[in-house]
Amino acid sequence: MKLTSWGRYPVIESEIQAPVTPSELRSRFTAAASIPCIPRGTGRSYGDSALAPHAISSRFLNHITGFDETTGVLRCGAGVTLAELLDLFVPRGWFLYSTPGTKLISVGGAIASDVHGKSHHLEGCFSNNIIELTLMLGDGEIVSCSSETHPELFHATCGGMGLTGVILDATFKLRPIKSAHIRETTFKAHNLDEALTLIEAHEDTTYSVAWIDCLSTGSRLGRSLLMTGEFIEDGRLDLKRGQPLAVPFDMPGFLLNRYTVTAFNTVYYHRVRQDRSEHIIHFDPFFYPLDSIHDWNRIYGKGGFTQYQFVIPKEAGREGMAAILSRIAESGRGSFLAVLKAFGKGNDNYLSFPMEGYTLALDFKIDQGLFPFLAELDHIVLDYGGRLYLSKDVRMSESTFKRGYPQWEAFQEVRHRYGADRVFRSLQSDRLGL
Amino acid sequence: MQKILIIGATSAIAEATARLFAARGDRMHLLARNHERLETMAKDLKIRGAESVTFDAFDVNDFDRHPALLDAASVVMEGIDIALIAHGTLPDQKACEADFLWTLKEVNTNAVGTISLLTDLANRFERKQQGVIAVISSVAGDRGRQSNYVYGAAKAAITVFLQGLRNRLHKSGVKVLTIKPGFVDTPMTADFPKGLLWAQPERIAKDILKAISASRDVVYTPWFWWPVMVLIRSIPEPIFKRLSL
Ligand SMILES: Cc1cc2nc3c(=O)[nH]c(=O)nc-3n(C[C@H](O)[C@H](O)[C@H](O)COP(=O)(O)OP(=O)(O)OC[C@H]3O[C@@H](n4cnc5c(N)ncnc54)[C@H](O)[C@@H]3O)c2cc1C
Ligand SMILES: NC(=O)c1ccc[n+]([C@@H]2O[C@H](COP(=O)([O-])OP(=O)(O)OC[C@H]3O[C@@H](n4cnc5c(N)ncnc54)[C@H](OP(=O)(O)O)[C@@H]3O)[C@@H](O)[C@H]2O)c1
Repeated sequence: MKLTSWGRYPVIESEIQAPVTPSELRSRFTAAASIPCIPRGTGRSYGDSALAPHAISSRFLNHITGFDETTGVLRCGAGVTLAELLDLFVPRGWFLYSTPGTKLISVGGAIASDVHGKSHHLEGCFSNNIIELTLMLGDGEIVSCSSETHPELFHATCGGMGLTGVILDATFKLRPIKSAHIRETTFKAHNLDEALTLIEAHEDTTYSVAWIDCLSTGSRLGRSLLMTGEFIEDGRLDLKRGQPLAVPFDMPGFLLNRYTVTAFNTVYYHRVRQDRSEHIIHFDPFFYPLDSIHDWNRIYGKGGFTQYQFVIPKEAGREGMAAILSRIAESGRGSFLAVLKAFGKGNDNYLSFPMEGYTLALDFKIDQGLFPFLAELDHIVLDYGGRLYLSKDVRMSESTFKRGYPQWEAFQEVRHRYGADRVFRSLQSDRLGL
Repeated sequence: MQKILIIGATSAIAEATARLFAARGDRMHLLARNHERLETMAKDLKIRGAESVTFDAFDVNDFDRHPALLDAASVVMEGIDIALIAHGTLPDQKACEADFLWTLKEVNTNAVGTISLLTDLANRFERKQQGVIAVISSVAGDRGRQSNYVYGAAKAAITVFLQGLRNRLHKSGVKVLTIKPGFVDTPMTADFPKGLLWAQPERIAKDILKAISASRDVVYTPWFWWPVMVLIRSIPEPIFKRLSL
């Protein structure tokens, strides 16, 4: 069947197997000639990480098999989604430690991309709270690993983009909460300098992310809204109800151009009047504003879109960010959703994306001139010692990848040692020379 | 809290429904073939809020075991308020055409086994003068088509059996629900290309829960299969036989 991921580019023909038990999955790998394949969760990665002619869907490995009410330690199958966990556990007073900007992803996908959220600067990635995970290797063997047992396999699997094996289940800690509501503070920054200063000033706040207008130039280059947040403790553990809106068809691609986006960004920025404003907001719109619009990826039209997310080290911060932002503003390539965040320290996972510094994520509609333009940006990012997020990528070159991820050889070595390199392959891994 | 027996409990549709029961805090007993799946599912439902979950592994074709299994279910749960029958297989139509033994096996699983279970359950519920019997049949049982008439015939048998049973049990206050799903994206239909008409098991589960609560007799799910099947049933046989369906 036709298969694509969140960016809707590329679309490929793929055969998908969705095993209902680990034993059923094992028979695939013990068969004489096992065909290369890639594990897949809910397909919320933007590019080709979860695409291959043969895919293994975790959708039926979706059971919660353990929960300790006192410690918040949970064990569940890789196909369970973060949304399901929140529906079940928020009313009982538990939240996730690290959550990305959508809850519609699987636990397996959260591990394989080693996802980060608004709390990365204090709490690190999703893997930070994993106690143990179970992996099916390329020969059907099931191995448990953690930072203590088979640590190299654990560090290769977290952030390993499905290239070490199929994650079957994981045991991880949930965060205790006393309310489902958050005190959100919005700060207005008139330019990049102000934005970075504000981010630093609020680095003790648990959640922090900035929306940045990447089309403004000159003295307004990098004007942004910084949103910080902290759970309150008022005892309301309610879930947001209500049907999500939907984008029912593909919007014509031409509707998104520098004029419409500039108008949107200007309105969005000026909507906030004071330099600092505060209100209480439910966690759902705070963390997952886009989940309330189903299939919003359709606004980019049939040709699809991509997200360009890079990180540059802290030392390169202001200068690097200004250089890249100027280049984007100059190009006039619009992006509604440009998100700026400061990362805390990186971790020991070979291919984990975050490093201490600044990350920026921008959506671009795919058109003819886009990839050459992004290749130009790649050079600037690499020159400042940065790299691109694999989970969003659909086009970076092998050399861009290898320069940005100096531990790629150690990763390959582990993959080879566990016999994964010939079995688990995606369009992305082939492109990146893994 | 309701006491619910689910047969073919590991089916994707049944499991999605069981999760809704769990969220209400119901008590459940599960029956299906695969022990590994039952065990995992029972743990999961418990964490999702079920009051208690027990299970037994069985093959629906072991007709002789049915009474003992139903006894055991009734004992562990201290009664049965709702029985949901969901097991099923999608026969390889071509294999059935070539070999009657295939057909026999499929009809046994999809119709005879269900009828055996229903015979016993009906008597239990009739004696107690209460309860709900909900069975998953299929739109495929509404009209025979060359591409899957063995499956269709088995489902048609169930549909008619349930009509009679509903008629018989009406005076005892026992509710009988026939559930007719259209195309559902489950392991049973893994090899089919999916299109617009396809529904997710969670959607079907919601409809089943609603139909049980509303004491419906027959439910098409999703709803649009009702007009679709009215149309398909209305095509005169001399024309229908020429169609490649
Ligand atoms: C609106 C939106 C906002 C987002 N915000 C953020 C954010 O703030 N931070 C962030 O880090 N990411 C973010 N993402 C990216 C997203 O969190 C990741 O791409 C995540 O990996 C998607 O999970 P998935 O289940 O959809 O996986 P898929 O897209 O299906 O797969 C992603 C990768 O995980 C691997 N994988 C999936 N399941 C398994 C398994 N069982 N075993 C082994 N490997 C597996 C696949 O092989 C693939 O390489 C966002 C995405 C969207 C659409
Ligand atoms: N999917 C559709 O499009 C569709 C459409 C209309 C109607 N239906 C009906 O809906 C019901 C549920 O199907 P589904 O789609 O959810 O399929 P499914 O996930 O494949 O489930 C079928 C279940 O039947 C059980 N089963 C099969 N043979 C059995 C046997 N001999 N003894 C005991 N249990 C047996 C299996 O249990 P084990 O795994 O433990 O063996 C399995 O859990 C079926 O009655 C089906 O005919 C489905």
